[in-house]
Amino acid sequence: MADLGRAALFVSLGLAVYATAAGAWAARTHRRRLADSAGNALLAALGSTAVASAVLLSALVRHDFSFSYVAQHTSTELPTGYSISAFWGGQEGSLLLWLLVLGAYSAVAVLLNRRRAPDLVAWAVPVLGAVSTFFAFMLVAVSSPFGTQTAPAQGAGLNPSLQNPYMLAHPPLLYLGYVGLTVPFAFGMGALLAGRSDERWIVATRRWTLFAWTALGVGQLLGSHWAYVEVGWGGYYAWDPVENAALMPWLAATAFLHSVMIQEKRGMLKVWNLLLVILAFCLSLFGTFLTRSGVVNSIHSFTESPLGPWFLGFICLVTAGSLALVFWRLPLLRSKTRLESLVSREAAFLYNNLLLVALCLTILWGVAFPMISELVQGEARTIGRPYYDFFLRTFGLPLLLLMGIGPLIAWRRASLRSLGRTFVWPAAIAVAVGLVLVALGAGSSTPGLVAYTFSAFVLATIGLEFVRGARATGSFTRLVSRNRRRYGGYIVHAAIVLLALGIAGSSAYGSSTERKLSPGQSMNVGGYTLAYRSLAQEREPNHLAVRAAVDVYRGGDLVARVEPGKNNYFAEKQVSNEMAIHTNWLRAEDVDVIADQITPGGAIYFKAFVKPLVNLIWVAGLVFLLGSLITLWPDPREERRLAARYALAQG
Amino acid sequence: MTTSLVLAAAVAVAAVLLVAAPFLREPTPREDRLPEPREAGKRQLELAEERDRALAALKELEFDHRTGKLSDTDYRDLVGAYRRRAAAALQALGSAR
Repeated sequence: MADLGRAALFVSLGLAVYATAAGAWAARTHRRRLADSAGNALLAALGSTAVASAVLLSALVRHDFSFSYVAQHTSTELPTGYSISAFWGGQEGSLLLWLLVLGAYSAVAVLLNRRRAPDLVAWAVPVLGAVSTFFAFMLVAVSSPFGTQTAPAQGAGLNPSLQNPYMLAHPPLLYLGYVGLTVPFAFGMGALLAGRSDERWIVATRRWTLFAWTALGVGQLLGSHWAYVEVGWGGYYAWDPVENAALMPWLAATAFLHSVMIQEKRGMLKVWNLLLVILAFCLSLFGTFLTRSGVVNSIHSFTESPLGPWFLGFICLVTAGSLALVFWRLPLLRSKTRLESLVSREAAFLYNNLLLVALCLTILWGVAFPMISELVQGEARTIGRPYYDFFLRTFGLPLLLLMGIGPLIAWRRASLRSLGRTFVWPAAIAVAVGLVLVALGAGSSTPGLVAYTFSAFVLATIGLEFVRGARATGSFTRLVSRNRRRYGGYIVHAAIVLLALGIAGSSAYGSSTERKLSPGQSMNVGGYTLAYRSLAQEREPNHLAVRAAVDVYRGGDLVARVEPGKNNYFAEKQVSNEMAIHTNWLRAEDVDVIADQITPGGAIYFKAFVKPLVNLIWVAGLVFLLGSLITLWPDPREERRLAARYALAQG
Repeated sequence: MTTSLVLAAAVAVAAVLLVAAPFLREPTPREDRLPEPREAGKRQLELAEERDRALAALKELEFDHRTGKLSDTDYRDLVGAYRRRAAAALQALGSAR
């Protein structure tokens, strides 16, 4: 069946090339049937890529080791769920997932918009086709998942860290995010190629961007939770280049989602918005490059391959081409209006954009610096956690504050008197919270105290916005349903506050300790006593599980028994750390215990952490999803208004 | 091998048929041009965007005023300007039609 997979990918490549060439020609010469045909080529490419994906999936589930990819990433002992997740566990499979998701996005974008905005879609099709061509070419010529061999008796298995339920959802969600950013990019470039200066492309892609951004955000949080429970080092974000690779396009897309409102409301920032769309898309390509080229040593970069130069070349081409296009169309993109005041909602959005982009570029520099230093000096100089933490505080804390300030300021301009009136309650609440926290001893960490105080300010602002808005409209439901973007956005802001509280609490006020214990001995951490009782082992289908029994006491009372340990995987010949977590819901903190080294005599080097408020990070994920769904939910009145507006252009 | 080849050929044929469908459906169409925005249409679209912006701004000004974010003086200053802008866009749109 590998032949079928290879042939289907050849068909996908041919169709993508046709969509690019025929689509561009049709858009240039305004040929309707050819444009429809090019759009259909993208639909057909989805079909042929789905066939290739089905072939690979079937081989993975059947453990058909005549497929080299299957032999490299599964074993007969691997449970079926993880055999399926091996689809994206390696480089070739994840590239196929990219192409499949891109095919699905392209097909839906074409189907939804070809009648509503045919002239815009006509130019978006060749852009989508060009991106598909690159990925299909990679799969056909550089990194095929359909290489075959004489089937060995057993496969190499899947990296133990990837044998976790989160791996069934985390990578596909990230890919939904990465690839989803192609759609606003394609429509933005399409609008430039078509010479359009209106906001049609923004309206057509608003929900796509939101969806991709939501998927990227939720995917990152799932990844952080996976790192927390599975990787076994006691943290949830290590500023690993591959983690940063997902964060950067998310930050750029966050900036875009804010600044695009200024274009819609004021007709300003047209060039800036296009630059943000280009940045987000290029960073999503860069993220795939980082993950899959083996250019950085990271826990996620499991393989090295010849992909690097191709990816780098494509990223350079996309960046140069799209910037040239923006430059060419600059005369069309000039704004007719100006910022009326530096104290206004739109100015706050602008400051937020500058901070988000600054944070994004700072992270980009941190990721790129080791590569650049290796290229220039022959030695890779890594940038560590203090660099990222410093810039997270420098840009993140003002961003947090702006989330509270922005909603309090009126659009266009605000007088000092009205500012004073709207600020008084949130500011008073923030000061009161800050004073209480100082009295409780939270002053031991200045960034932590500032983050908590700012968070109180933002939460007070959000609460006040809902109360004032509900009073003004007479109904809470009407308030939210008539302005989903604004109030869904506030819920997302609340999620970011919870995230900030979780990060500040667990990093600024956590405690940790390390000790070697023999059975019967104990150690203390953050007010808890951990008593090591015994060591046991159990054979599971694909690994040997070694577990230490550790009793957790607080104030002399036994509160839990946890079982940290290690898994020895047979086929993979690898050992994984299995961290044990006790969640104390009353105190809103986690006790994490790691059996770092197990000696032959049964003594263990334990690492233990107490992480206050860490679970708020995962709660933030749920709130974030809720806010995003409210924002994404269609508003029929808005749809009708926009349909009437764009019907004008077609006459 | 044979099954794979037959299936691959089926995929290719289906793809070709889908791509050729617009030409097969309309071998000799009366009109084969993409609907382009007319120059007048582009102008109308710009005016409609301007009108919608002004109307949305008026709604926001009203809401910001009612929620206490905008003082009476600022509200009076701004609302007049945006009413004039909305009226001008509506008038221009009416003439362009």
